[in-house]
Amino acid sequence: MYTQALNAAGPSSRQTRPDEDAERLARFQARIDAEDRIEPNDWMPEAYRRTLIRQISQHAHSEIVGQLPEGRWLTRAPSLRRKAALLAKVQDECGHGLYLYAAAETLGVSREELTEQLLSGRAKYSSIFNYPALTWADIGAIGWLVDGAAIMNQIPLCRCSYGPYARAMVRVCKEESFHQRQGYEIMLTLCRGTPEQKAMAQDALNRWWWPAMMMFGPPDGQSQHSDSSMAWKIKRFTNDELRQRFVDAMVPQAQVLGIEVPDPDLLWDEATRHFSFGPIDWEEFRQVLAGNGPCNRERLADRNQAHAEGAWVREAALAHAAKRQARALAA
Amino acid sequence: MTEQNTPLWEVFVRSRNGLAHKHAGSVHAADAEMALQAARDVYTRRGEGLSLWVVPSNAIIASDPADKGMMFEPTASKIYRHPTFYDVPDDVGHM
Ligand SMILES: [Fe+2]
Ligand SMILES: [Fe+2]
Repeated sequence: MYTQALNAAGPSSRQTRPDEDAERLARFQARIDAEDRIEPNDWMPEAYRRTLIRQISQHAHSEIVGQLPEGRWLTRAPSLRRKAALLAKVQDECGHGLYLYAAAETLGVSREELTEQLLSGRAKYSSIFNYPALTWADIGAIGWLVDGAAIMNQIPLCRCSYGPYARAMVRVCKEESFHQRQGYEIMLTLCRGTPEQKAMAQDALNRWWWPAMMMFGPPDGQSQHSDSSMAWKIKRFTNDELRQRFVDAMVPQAQVLGIEVPDPDLLWDEATRHFSFGPIDWEEFRQVLAGNGPCNRERLADRNQAHAEGAWVREAALAHAAKRQARALAA
Repeated sequence: MTEQNTPLWEVFVRSRNGLAHKHAGSVHAADAEMALQAARDVYTRRGEGLSLWVVPSNAIIASDPADKGMMFEPTASKIYRHPTFYDVPDDVGHM
């Protein structure tokens, strides 16, 4: 999902802590099983800590990079109402990134390290943000499908075993529903407009549907971290379970819009009470994660440029703070 | 990266319903004034509060989770601190 969990571990990182014996691990698991929340200074296995740092930071990076495709349309929104809404949404995504970085930092990693991991390309972020937003209809499709998929994933994360992550998710989820509704409203307006506008909406759905399906990550059984994450109650549902929920929720919404999900195999299965759907192109997913998606290079270049251009501001602010502190001490 | 790290601050927000300031999260900022501005932008975009506190994170002294038992468990046996410990006949009414 926002944390498709495909980062390899760093070369020198510890896998276990010296005090990690069977009894301590069992006591930790018992706390998890009892639905206790784990807090920053509590004892935790090294693998739990590392899994969380990886997942929360990937989630944070995704929120930050996720501002870029939509940010492109801020100056080209078709009305003041749309512009105000999109600006508020993009600001929210930035806020989500910041809540999440703060949650990751409680596990003993610094903001500067996390930023460096993103800018150097070592850290992953959601594959979805490496696709371009080509038309205004894409802004509708992103809000509806991408934020829709994000909500599907984030609601169970509000009950994640790690307290700071769960609390950040509660805030995020409260803000997320407006994102999806504003996207759907854009789609609805286009679908009720001229035939050309409706065709734009259909084209956006055609391009965003499969990348949105891939947001939930590889199929169960192929995803590297799933089992331990489920046992530790970091994850509550598997990738495939969440993907199925997404399809079941989205297909009727597409029907209301009067546009078609681009899947010839899509079928309501009366026996399972779910939609069955066609195969996902996992090779495309792997390529995008490996850095070969349509916008990977552009996204990283944009983040690096913004960070470099902000360096003088960070330096000046720290110099100003140091000067004031020195004066206060002298007085 | 040779850049200096930007200090961390804890953010507390008092909501409009008259409750006490509550921890909302944290921000990085060079000084207190910028921390307040960042806290406003990050934690009060929807009228969440009427007052903000920012506190340098390293100024907070926290209890040690290892002392949880010693610190908090003794109260579990002091049930006489709760009103339900005391028997009052039903016909006395609400008390
Ligand atoms: Fe978000
Ligand atoms: Fe969102």
